Amino acid sequence: MKILLNNSPEEFAVGSLTVNELLRLKNFTFKMLVIKINGTLVKKTEYETAAICEGDEVHVLHLISGG
Amino acid sequence: MTIEQITGNLKTKTVGIAGCGGLGSNCAVALARVGIGTLIIADYDIICESNLNRQYYFLDQVGMKKTHALRENILRINPNVSVITWDVRLTPDSIPTIFSGCDVLVEAVDQADQKEMIIETLLASMPRLPLVIGLGMAGYGMNDSIHLRRADNLYICGDEVSEIGPDLPPIAPRVGIVANMQANVVLEILLKTEMVK
Repeated sequence: MKILLNNSPEEFAVGSLTVNELLRLKNFTFKMLVIKINGTLVKKTEYETAAICEGDEVHVLHLISGG
Repeated sequence: MTIEQITGNLKTKTVGIAGCGGLGSNCAVALARVGIGTLIIADYDIICESNLNRQYYFLDQVGMKKTHALRENILRINPNVSVITWDVRLTPDSIPTIFSGCDVLVEAVDQADQKEMIIETLLASMPRLPLVIGLGMAGYGMNDSIHLRRADNLYICGDEVSEIGPDLPPIAPRVGIVANMQANVVLEILLKTEMVK
């Protein structure tokens, strides 16, 4: 499937992924994250179940201190 | 747009600023200079001398509440701005109340867990409110790493990688760049909305 991840096209050999699977595949190991799928916030309790499918727009934010 | 059209549009608008440190104080001042109508500013902290290397305060304001000092500085620049201050620590319960009347919210806190809490609260309870966050501005140089990422109505300003630490302090130039970038995104959002109406 093809998705847009952080505004860049990405292709995966599988038809869908959970959020946790995507994080593992992309090696996103950060502790503090905000994730949106098609504009909607994914709660942390849903990372194991929320599905990412063909054509989805996914944003992963890695939160760091400073302001 | 002429400057009269820009200020004419902005005087009807309200911008919320969560945090009055390096990002919040500089962003608020930029918005005040161009004639924003109302600023809702929130912070629980007081000014200490070490803040002066990047935050829009003066030596004789050390010890003051940041919200009070920022209000004073904004009104010295532009007395037409209506400044509403909240001397509170932001929580998931208080955020929707404090910022309910805003056209745009600027996230300008320093701790990563607070940023996460603000973004999650906004996306869950006020998903249509545009949110402009500052993410990654420690250190110096590296101008070419600072960017804007658009994620629907969430706008991310910064390099997204430079986390503050003992060897990577937040200092005026890069903090000011990101703060002014946030103010610039706010103008883009507000003036675009105005043109569509």
